[in-house]
Amino acid sequence: MVTTTGVRTAVSVSHVTKSFPHGGQQLIALKDVSLEVARGEFVCVVGASGCGKSTLLNILAGLDRPTAGDVRIEGRVALMFQEAALLPWLTASGNVELALELRGMNRSDRKAAAHELLARLHLQGFEKRMPHELSGGMKQRVALARALAQDADTLLMDEPFASLDAITRDLLHDELVRLWENTPLTVVFVTHNPREAVRLGDRVVVFTSRPGRVAHELHIDLPRPRHLDSPEIAVIASRITDRLKEEMRASVI
Amino acid sequence: MSSEVIAPVVVIAEGPAAAPNALRVWAWLWPKLAAIILAIAAWQIVVWSGWKPDYVLPGPLPVFQRLGQDMGHGDFYVGAATTLRRALAGYAIAVVVGSSLGVLVARIRVLREAVGAAVLGFQSMPSIAWFPLAILLFQQSEEAILFVVILGAAPAVASGLLGGVDHVQPQLIRVGRAMGARGFSLYRHVILPAALPGFVSGLKQGWAFAWRSLMAGELIVIVAHQPSLGQQLQFARDLADAQQMLALMLVIFVIGVLIDGVFGAADKAIRRRWGLLL
Repeated sequence: MVTTTGVRTAVSVSHVTKSFPHGGQQLIALKDVSLEVARGEFVCVVGASGCGKSTLLNILAGLDRPTAGDVRIEGRVALMFQEAALLPWLTASGNVELALELRGMNRSDRKAAAHELLARLHLQGFEKRMPHELSGGMKQRVALARALAQDADTLLMDEPFASLDAITRDLLHDELVRLWENTPLTVVFVTHNPREAVRLGDRVVVFTSRPGRVAHELHIDLPRPRHLDSPEIAVIASRITDRLKEEMRASVI
Repeated sequence: MSSEVIAPVVVIAEGPAAAPNALRVWAWLWPKLAAIILAIAAWQIVVWSGWKPDYVLPGPLPVFQRLGQDMGHGDFYVGAATTLRRALAGYAIAVVVGSSLGVLVARIRVLREAVGAAVLGFQSMPSIAWFPLAILLFQQSEEAILFVVILGAAPAVASGLLGGVDHVQPQLIRVGRAMGARGFSLYRHVILPAALPGFVSGLKQGWAFAWRSLMAGELIVIVAHQPSLGQQLQFARDLADAQQMLALMLVIFVIGVLIDGVFGAADKAIRRRWGLLL
């Protein structure tokens, strides 16, 4: 089991199409998307806004259904958004405890488990804070702790750090990678930022816009730890950016 | 090394404000005292102007003396107790009816289409307009009064809850569903707590409607051997006892303000905890 070489798939998307009725006609958000994610892999999906990335994550999370095609997911999934979306009436710890409760953990074990998760994200001492008393970065840490509390096999992340300042974001990148390296977690990370994608992923999947389709994929073989400002990342990211621009021009014309 | 620099956390009024506590109470109190003094002064000036004879419009001093006298009698307390009992009973039933209605209408789409607008329509119906029907149905009885109190307050409670449920951020519902909360558990853990501020506003408004309907009811529907505040007010008018009438009006005003204050405090406490208020 431990020695699996990434052959077992955690997420399998085959020929998924999703369209929405929009003002009398059908708006195609995803068109014939196929994607395989191996167990324990860190995959980043990059695309311009409106390319259907969030729709794909909603489908993977089971919040939405594809119009056509097939989605298979092994085990449980957790979802994280751009906004922390913490429940404002619960403390930091309470938010994590709710995730534990919904997953069926005993009342007596919840508090300790929540505190441990928060400690893993360097939030010890902030357990009793209300969400509005936390900074943006801390809120996302709580949201990450809450996602981990769901004990998911796959973590789906929808531009989770997009609204944070650069330094906070970089620190959270470090921590996400550290958490991922120490667990058998599979991560599907959606972003519009090619650098972030290259910084984090084992593999980057580039999406085109309207309709969302997989344009190409690339494996990132750079060693970890990686740095956002390293020239290797910049080179690969700029290639992705060029590619995205091309696609966007094509779709606008 | 990788731990984030901990940002300063907002601390809500703890520091230097602790010592001059009396000052803070005073800062809260004086505008209210000033308003009361101004109102009484204005009243006194109108009386002094001789606009109306003082058996029609007595001044503050005789009214307060009369109030003191009335408060020395048991009748006053029996009346106040009757009124408060009716208010509480009517309001409690209205809260149960209104909340159940609100949850049902929020949950069932067909019901929402059918009665969503009607709930708001009921709210704009002046409660006094219900009395002729109430008296036909229940005669001059306590039931007639309660009927109107409930009709007055329940729609406000229901629409407060509905408004609260409507304004739950879609993102919170997504989060709840992503964590595996469905159906009832989604309601219990996400939607109802998120709707609580709206619900409390509805409760507050419902109370205001209940209190008004009750006063109207007690003036119109006279139940034998139950000297409620409204009934005493009506008798004072019938006997042209202006002093007692104004004294009773003061009592009704003060009860309304006090209970409204309790709701206001609850509303504020919840909004603060929800982070809607600093």
